[in-house]
Order: sequence, then C-alpha cells, then structure tokens
Amino acid sequence: MSTHAMHEAEIGSPPPLAEPRPERNRLITVPFVLAVFAVIALGAVSLFTGVYDIWGREDGRDMFFITRVPRTIALMLTGAAMAMTGLIMHLVTRNKMVEPTTTGTTEWAGLGLLAAYLLVPGPTLVMRMTGAIVFSFVGTMIFFLFLRHVRLRSSLIVPITGMMLGAVVSAFSTFMTLRFNMSQVIENWFIGSFAPVQAGRYEHLWIIVAVTLITFLYANRLTIAGLGEDVATALGLHYHRLILLANALVAVCVGVVAAVIGNIPFLGLIVPNIVSMIRGDDLRSNLPWVCLTGMGTITLCDIVARVVIMPFEVPVSLILGTLGAAVFILILLRQRRSGRVR
Amino acid sequence: MSALDVGYAAGCGAETGMRVRRTGAFRTRRDARRYWLLLCLFLGAGVAAVLGLILYNQPVPVDSPSFIPVVKRRLTSVTAMFIAALCHSFATVAFQSVTGNRIITPSLLGYESLYSFIQTSVLFFFGATTLVRFTGTGAFFLQVALMIGLSLILFGWLLSGRYGNLHLMLLVGIIIGAGLNSVSGFMRRVLSPSEFDLLQARLIGSVNNADAAYFPIVIPLVLATALAMFLLSRRLNVLSLGRDAATAFGVHYQAHVILFLVLIAVLMATTTALIGPMTFFGFLVAMLSYQAAPTHDHRYVLPMAFAIGFGVLTSAYFLLYHVFHAQTVVSVLIELFGGIAFLTVLLRKRSL
Repeated sequence: MSTHAMHEAEIGSPPPLAEPRPERNRLITVPFVLAVFAVIALGAVSLFTGVYDIWGREDGRDMFFITRVPRTIALMLTGAAMAMTGLIMHLVTRNKMVEPTTTGTTEWAGLGLLAAYLLVPGPTLVMRMTGAIVFSFVGTMIFFLFLRHVRLRSSLIVPITGMMLGAVVSAFSTFMTLRFNMSQVIENWFIGSFAPVQAGRYEHLWIIVAVTLITFLYANRLTIAGLGEDVATALGLHYHRLILLANALVAVCVGVVAAVIGNIPFLGLIVPNIVSMIRGDDLRSNLPWVCLTGMGTITLCDIVARVVIMPFEVPVSLILGTLGAAVFILILLRQRRSGRVR
Repeated sequence: MSALDVGYAAGCGAETGMRVRRTGAFRTRRDARRYWLLLCLFLGAGVAAVLGLILYNQPVPVDSPSFIPVVKRRLTSVTAMFIAALCHSFATVAFQSVTGNRIITPSLLGYESLYSFIQTSVLFFFGATTLVRFTGTGAFFLQVALMIGLSLILFGWLLSGRYGNLHLMLLVGIIIGAGLNSVSGFMRRVLSPSEFDLLQARLIGSVNNADAAYFPIVIPLVLATALAMFLLSRRLNVLSLGRDAATAFGVHYQAHVILFLVLIAVLMATTTALIGPMTFFGFLVAMLSYQAAPTHDHRYVLPMAFAIGFGVLTSAYFLLYHVFHAQTVVSVLIELFGGIAFLTVLLRKRSL
C-alpha cells in the first residue's frame, strides 16, 4: 500500500509552532468563552429574525417554539456537522482542500436520496437518510481508494478530481431524474435551505451530537491515521478500522444534513482552514473551535439569507456558495504567495 | 534523427518482424494502417449518420416544394453537431496535452456558469424586454468576448509570473464557476415566475435550438481557430513533454501555454454560447481517440478526435431519434457514457 499518496496529498503543512505553548491544550480560555458568547448572541438574533410578529400576535409564543427555536437549533447542529466533516477529511487525507463538496460526497448523498425515492414510493425521512448515508459512505470510500492508489504530482489535483467525480455522479442523477420524472426532488435537494425546518422535522439532526463526541474521542488517532498506514500501524493503531470510522463519521454527517436540510456547500472547507490559519494545527483543541465557527458562520449566513429580500428569503446555500467560493480562492492565493502550493 | 530514435524504431520493427528502419509518428506500419482505417471508419459513420439525419423519415417527397426547407432545417442541427464535435474534441485534446493531465477537461473552467450568469444578470438588471432583445450577433459576440476575456484574465493572472501554476489556475476556475452559479441562483430566486420561464428556455442548450443566424460568423471563427491549432500541433507535441523538456527544446513554455489556452477558450466559449454545456463529451472523445490513435503526434490525434466526436455525436442522435425514439436523452446519455469512462480511467490510473 502506498503511504506516499497520503503524504504527497499534504498541502502546505502548518507553520511550525514557534514556541511550545502549554495553554493551547486547555479548552476553556478567554477567547473561547468570548466566542461562545458571540455564537449565543447570533443564535438570539436568529431567534428574533423573521416576518411573523411573535411579540404582538396571540399565538406568537407557539410560533416561536414551532419554528424559530427548531430553526436555530438546526442551524447550530448543521454548522457544527459540516465544519467537522471538513476537519475529519483534512485530518485523514492531510489535504486542506478536501471536504464533502470537493470530493463528490454531497453528490453521492443526493444520489442516495434519489435512490430512496426510486426504491420506495413515498419514503420516510429515515429511509431517505439511510439512502443518503449509505451512498455518501460508498462515494467517500471510492475517493479514498483513488487517493491511496494514485501517486500525486500536485495536491491541487485532489479537489479537481473530486469535483469531476461529483460532476459524474450528478450527471447520473440528472439522467435518473429525467428518466423517472423527478427533477424536482433533486432541484429541492440541491438548494439547501432552513426555511422548512419546524418542530417534528429536524430532530434527526441530534445524531450529530453523538458524531461530535466520537470525533472528539478519536481526534488524536485520526491525526495519526493521516500520517499513513505504516506510521499508524507502527504506533499500534488499526489503520483500516480508523479509515472506515472516519468515513462513517463523514457519511453520517453529510447524509443526515442532506436528508433534513439539503446541500450545504463549502462550509467544511472554509471553517477549518480559517481556524487553522489563526490557531495553527493543534487538532484536539481546534475541534471545539471548528464546531463553534461553523455554527457562527452558518447562523450569520442564514440571518443574511432571511433579511436580504425580506419578507421573502433566499436559501442559505446560495449565500454560503458565494461566500465560500470567495474564501476558497483567497485561501488558495494565500498559499500560492507563501509558495506552499506544489 | 538521433541514434536513439533509430535504435528504438529498429527495435520495434524487429519485434513485429517488419522493416527495420522507421521513424515517424507511428511505431509500426500496422499501427499506421489501423489509424487510417479507424479514421475512415469514424468519418464514414459520421457521414452516414448525417445522411440518415437529413434524409431518413422525410415527411415530404423529394419533388415537393417543401423538401428543401425541411432539409435546411435539419441541416442546422447537423451543423451544430459539427461545431460541437470540432470544438470539444480539439479543445479537450489540446487542453489535456497542455496541462499534462488526461483526466481533466476545459469545460471545468466555468464557461457554462459564466454563460448562465450573463443571461441571468441581463434579465435581473435590465428586465425581460432587454433579455428578449438580447439576441443577434452583437449579443452573441459580447458573450463570447466576455467568456474569452475572463479566461484571459484568469490565465494572465494565475499562469504568468513567478508563482504561475496550472493546477491552481484550474482550481480557481472551477471555484469561480461554482461561485457564479450561486450568484445566479440567488438572482433567479428573486425573479418572477414568468421571467424565470423565459430564462429557463434560454439556459437549456441543445443542438436543436442552435440559432442558424450565428453560423456565418461562428463557422469561420471555429474553423480558423481549429486550423490554427492543427498547424501549431507540432508545438503542442513539445508542450506535452512538460515544462522542462519544452524549454530545453527551445519553446517558450509559458507563452505557448497561454496561446493554446486562448485558442481553447475561443472554441469552448463559442460552443457554449451556441449549443450549451456538455461536460463529459470532450473527455469521452479524447479518451477514445488516444486508444484509436497509437501515437503522441497531435497532427494525427487531433483529426482522429474530431472524427470520433463527429461520428459519436451524429450516430447517437440518429439512433436515438429514429431507432429508439428517445429525443430528449441524447445529451444526457452522452454525458453518462463520458462520466462512466471518466470513472474507469480514474480508478485505473497509477499516477496523476
């Protein structure tokens, strides 16, 4: 097995820590507490953003708990999930441009949703979710397999190939939708929006909390897995099992979000990159930061999406897609300037 | 010819038991014969399919006065197929040689996103009446010019200078495409349903709604670009050896890369504005032509790519129209086969 592939997939290794700073490992620091408060404040803004007058109307209180609270919770969970999948994929592949959007995982999840609709007439949410999870697992596995087989001359090839792969999968989905007259399903899926979230329709997102806990427990081991099969095995880890675990974590996050919310592009790319730019690559202590930044970013984007054409709203994925593309290009150019792109 | 080359050719000749000395694009005479045979075969298939598309299932007899108009109408879509095949095959083969990577296609660079962005923003900023009037040669040229201009900015910015990096340029192109898609998606959300319908009709491209009014400009433009590419194909041979080898042979690598990318941009922009996006058609054609033309000489690969592209496209349309009666799925089907071919190539690759 070539561990080279994984090694060479490394892009711009993080700047070496200048001096050992033991307080890095402490979780609760002043900036972290401030960040928590900032995210809580954003959540509060999200709770009170909307057209419906929850103060004046009689049933305002009910509406508050039927739509506003679930929506804000869904935002937080989705933000944490997508940012974390990005981090896991960065760890395992040691390539900071890999995330569900750039590996085709999201397109696989869409195909999974479609498969659920094709196999079962009128599938329940759980069935759709299962379809999306299974397909994104298979898709991510194919991509990892490809990464391990191929010697890469440039780390930039990885996202390019991943997006080509995604385009193939979505061409296939388009073919199926045209064949079975279901383009609306995919259309709705492709534009991720929090507008339909209400009590009774988002609760499956709580699975993400469990995924977050598992990721936190395994963070160190996943980092070692990123060093390649030989190193991981020498250090006493079961490499293949770890890769499968990482893959399953990613697939569950992407699948659940795909079934409940839809496609959330680029979040897994921009959030971990920004966090590691500011804090370096101490992964275990970065994980809470990544979750928090993910929550904050998506909540902010959703508030913008709700306000920008009030009383209507645009899907948050469009805002994230635009913003994410801009940030991605900035990150690329930054790396180019420091000569880290090979 | 160097001693090395002759020795190599002699080795090949000895292996097959044929004549001893041979230098040229093909390793053996059998390879050359196979090449010409396949070229004729694909061209023949293309011509046969064209005849079929024009003449088969004619609703009117030959002596009827409406025979010529019917033929003319059918000829339009055949011409569009010709343009699509020429543009995609030449652009993809050249692009893969310039980038030294046989799994990427120029359609990744976001031409279609830019096209739909232009159309959407015309409607968004200037309203429906302007979009309805936004046709004709002026508008067509404006769009092609915008697409080429953007590619030029992209190439000039990311390919030249000390940090020039081909893969970075590609990735930035893809991401810009994704970003533009989001922006146009945003604008489309704000449109009224009737405006949206108008736009939808504009954005779905196919060889059947190619506008024949553009042909007098498009055909010379495409032919001239393709001819230029063909005449420069020896340079392309050198470029495909990579930066170091090309520089050692005395070719100004960066200038030539940008030159070819501009030619590619012209071809891709024209076909996208005329027919609409086809992501994997070029990939499929390029892959097949590498199999059919056992040589690295682009003077032979390019014509083969065109022959295959034309043959595949016209036969697919003929078969699906007249044999399977499935008109809508042609482009999707071609994309599907291209996609499957892509996956196969990807998973069998050892090095990228």
